[in-house]
Amino acid sequence: MYPAAFEYHAPGSVKEALGLLGKHKDDAKLLAGGHSLIPMMKLRLAQPKHLIDLRKVPGLSGIKQDGNVLSIGAMTTHWQVESSALVKSKLAVMSEVAGLIGDPAVRNRGTVGGSIAHADPAADWPAAMIALGAEMVCEGAKGRRTVKVDDWLKGLMSTAVGEDEILVEIRVPVLPASSGAAYLKFPHPASRFAVVGVAAAVTLDGKGMCAKASVGVTGAGTKAVRAKGVEAGCAGKKLDAAAIEAAASKAAEGVDVQADLQGSVEYKSHLCRVFAKRALTEAVKRAGG
Amino acid sequence: MKLPVKMTINGQSYSHEVEPRLLLVHYIRETVGLTGTHVGCDTSQCGACTILMDGQAVKSCTFFAVQTDGANIMTIEGLAKDGELHPIQQGFWEKHGLQCGFCTPGMIMSVYQMLERYPKPSEELIRHQLEGNLCRCTGYHNIVKAIEWAAEHMPAKK
Ligand SMILES: Cc1cc2nc3c(=O)[nH]c(=O)nc-3n(C[C@H](O)[C@H](O)[C@H](O)COP(=O)(O)OP(=O)(O)OC[C@H]3O[C@@H](n4cnc5c(N)ncnc54)[C@H](O)[C@@H]3O)c2cc1C
Ligand code: FES
Ligand code: FES
Repeated sequence: MYPAAFEYHAPGSVKEALGLLGKHKDDAKLLAGGHSLIPMMKLRLAQPKHLIDLRKVPGLSGIKQDGNVLSIGAMTTHWQVESSALVKSKLAVMSEVAGLIGDPAVRNRGTVGGSIAHADPAADWPAAMIALGAEMVCEGAKGRRTVKVDDWLKGLMSTAVGEDEILVEIRVPVLPASSGAAYLKFPHPASRFAVVGVAAAVTLDGKGMCAKASVGVTGAGTKAVRAKGVEAGCAGKKLDAAAIEAAASKAAEGVDVQADLQGSVEYKSHLCRVFAKRALTEAVKRAGG
Repeated sequence: MKLPVKMTINGQSYSHEVEPRLLLVHYIRETVGLTGTHVGCDTSQCGACTILMDGQAVKSCTFFAVQTDGANIMTIEGLAKDGELHPIQQGFWEKHGLQCGFCTPGMIMSVYQMLERYPKPSEELIRHQLEGNLCRCTGYHNIVKAIEWAAEHMPAKK
């Protein structure tokens, strides 16, 4: 239960935090809500020599509307998203995703940026960000750069954020008219992490056909992925029950499904298909189809 | 290197020098000596260590004491006033919401936040809100009843 000793820093600006990162390099870890990092430190799976706490850095927390985009500061907690009136009115599915993460105490502390940067293979946000087409804004010594979600997730707990960078903002486009989105998961009974979770966003055209479907799958493999087969199966179709079933049957394709304590490859692949079907059905309903 | 920390716990202020790796739960239990807050797991899942920090339920085992400076904390010891149980505590008494009692302090602190956020919770909401508090004894049934009792007996909000 006792983490290895470390030196604690609480910088007052992004610049100062970047300076500390540059100085201590591999020996340093950023600390956001601590709800992935501290459990790993308690089990000594992580033993950083320097912990750089972002809690005093101004401007990293909060949700704003910026044209057609919801801008979410990296240090915004899951509970802030869950309870935000702005999110509920502009992109309610985000509030639903937040409300399914862990438990109330985890949501009070855990941050959106921490989750996206940590990229736990069973985390909820990555699947939702894929379906919603989010962009991540990273800041480094040379300034800011934006990374599309499809270029973000690199592998097991590995993302595009550089060792000398801080994820500062997540930009999520608001859905166009005649759209619906849903996220559904099969939760682990103790942690509530996704054994499998599927996020789907669907836009219908004037004739009620699928103009765009965007689907993210988490939990089953080493990282969340875009379910390209499902998306292709939806495109241009009238998404009735049969079309959804056919498209959802491709949900495990392209996922490097891992067997673990939660289930076999076969079982988890099945869950991918079942949850893709349910998420699509709900998204289409919400789109008015 | 030790760092100074300062916080208010149950209305009393405390300041100490602590190692950065000291978890808040150990600070509360061992440095301050308030042992009502429990440690039930190594994985941040059980909720036995739940306290209120600036009004929010927090797992004090997943928090370093140095992260708190200046925070206002309430633990289970801060609930009863002048020997009189808080309605949530009374609810657990009335409805037999505990057996061994190990999970109870964390349960009660989580319920405190729940009833602040949702004064009239449905059974479904209660169960969803309790997902971070594990109980090995009761099967949760009487805990849900205790919370319903407490919701009915909470003093009206000003
Ligand atoms: C009991 C329990 C249940 C949980 N259940 C779920 C669940 O159901 N679904 C789910 O999705 N998650 C779940 N989580 C994880 C939770 O959502 C975490 O909060 C989240 O994964 C990490 O966010 P954090 O702010 O706590 O990050 P931290 O733990 O502080 O950091 C995580 C990692 O990200 C890095 N990092 C943090 N912020 C930044 C940044 N701004 N820029 C660059 N790097 C950064 C850190 O250096 C660290 O390596 C659970 C956690 C617990 C303890
Ligand atoms: S001791 Fe189990 S969650 Fe804190
Ligand atoms: S009463 Fe024994 S763990 Fe809950």
